[in-house]
Amino acid sequence: MDNRSSVEIFTEWDIVAARQLGRNEAKTTGFGTVDQARITTAISELARNIYLYAGKGKIEIERLSTNGMNGITIIASDEGPGIPDLRKVMEDGFSTSGGLGAGMPGVKRLMDDFKVESEVGKGTTITATKWLR
Amino acid sequence: MNSKMRSVVNEHMDTIIEKWVDIMKEEKGERFFHFMPHHLVEKTSREFTTLMTSNINEDQSALNNERLDDFTEKVVRFGWSIKFVNKAIDNFASVVFELLEDKEVITEQNLRIFMGVFTSWINPLRESIIEAYAIKWEQTDTLQKVALQELSASLIPVVEKVSIMPLVGTIDTERARLIMENLLEGVVEQRAEVVLLDITGVPVVDTMVAHHIIQAADAVRLVGAKCMLVGIRPEIAQTIVALGINLSDFTTTSTLRRGMAKALSLTNREIVEVE
Repeated sequence: MDNRSSVEIFTEWDIVAARQLGRNEAKTTGFGTVDQARITTAISELARNIYLYAGKGKIEIERLSTNGMNGITIIASDEGPGIPDLRKVMEDGFSTSGGLGAGMPGVKRLMDDFKVESEVGKGTTITATKWLR
Repeated sequence: MNSKMRSVVNEHMDTIIEKWVDIMKEEKGERFFHFMPHHLVEKTSREFTTLMTSNINEDQSALNNERLDDFTEKVVRFGWSIKFVNKAIDNFASVVFELLEDKEVITEQNLRIFMGVFTSWINPLRESIIEAYAIKWEQTDTLQKVALQELSASLIPVVEKVSIMPLVGTIDTERARLIMENLLEGVVEQRAEVVLLDITGVPVVDTMVAHHIIQAADAVRLVGAKCMLVGIRPEIAQTIVALGINLSDFTTTSTLRRGMAKALSLTNREIVEVE
């Protein structure tokens, strides 16, 4: 799979690596600076969530090309504690770590498609896609 | 046998170097042998081979450490990858082996014994070169970290009552802590009334960075100064809005220049042209 690349998240600096990768991929796909910033920020949020809550995980970035539409998908997966209340984390201002609580709902607003799959005790996989217009 | 090997190697040193350089040129992904001036390649190759043969020549079990240090420093500076260095050693070993086979120093009968002699010659070399190389990288890494720390987050008193903190690069937890400390100490020390936080050089503003900035601004307010956020690029403004981060308690401006004008007017001053 040539259009798929990934970064393992273990330390805070891996977040930067994931971000860098995302920015490059977004650039290659043809996104403008504003969308590049959106995608990079979304990756930053998702990677930080992995680092903060699961300890380790993986950010995968895939370039999409279907039906003449180009886009980019971020897949953030971990085998961490999972999210007990999905509705709650999507609320603005909800945080268990004393942060701003804008991460998850923010990523949803930054991207076009957004999907969370989570099972308590098993882990979480978040898939977010941005389409090139 | 060892002495025979030594004399043959010494005798054919030039052929060895020539062959080795030829093979190294074939290696992909390394431009050194193609783009460096010829005399430099020649010199480095010679140093490398001298290093490789130093422990058979001088009959010493320990390597000449000074020479090893010199060489690794050079290699790190040229930007050879560790894979490439390892490859260089491998290739050198096989060139020498071929030569010894050619000159019939190694024959089928003594091959087994010779393998022992050969590996006990090459392996310690490889180990010490790789070790020296790793240490060199660690040093570079530490130095850069220190350099980065020195660069990050200094509060600059520009005019009376107004100070600026330019933030450049990625903000992680460690830097966020530094920013907070330097900001508060600086504000008190410089008697600043307005502090401009310039984020022109921050590539990504996510919720964590925003959170740290908000906290820093709150703390600045507690010590009696006002914090302004300047240098917000258009794309950063859009992501901040999308993330839903509330910065309405802040005075924010797009550029440092506008922030400066605002800071001056807040302290009842302005810049006028001299007639």
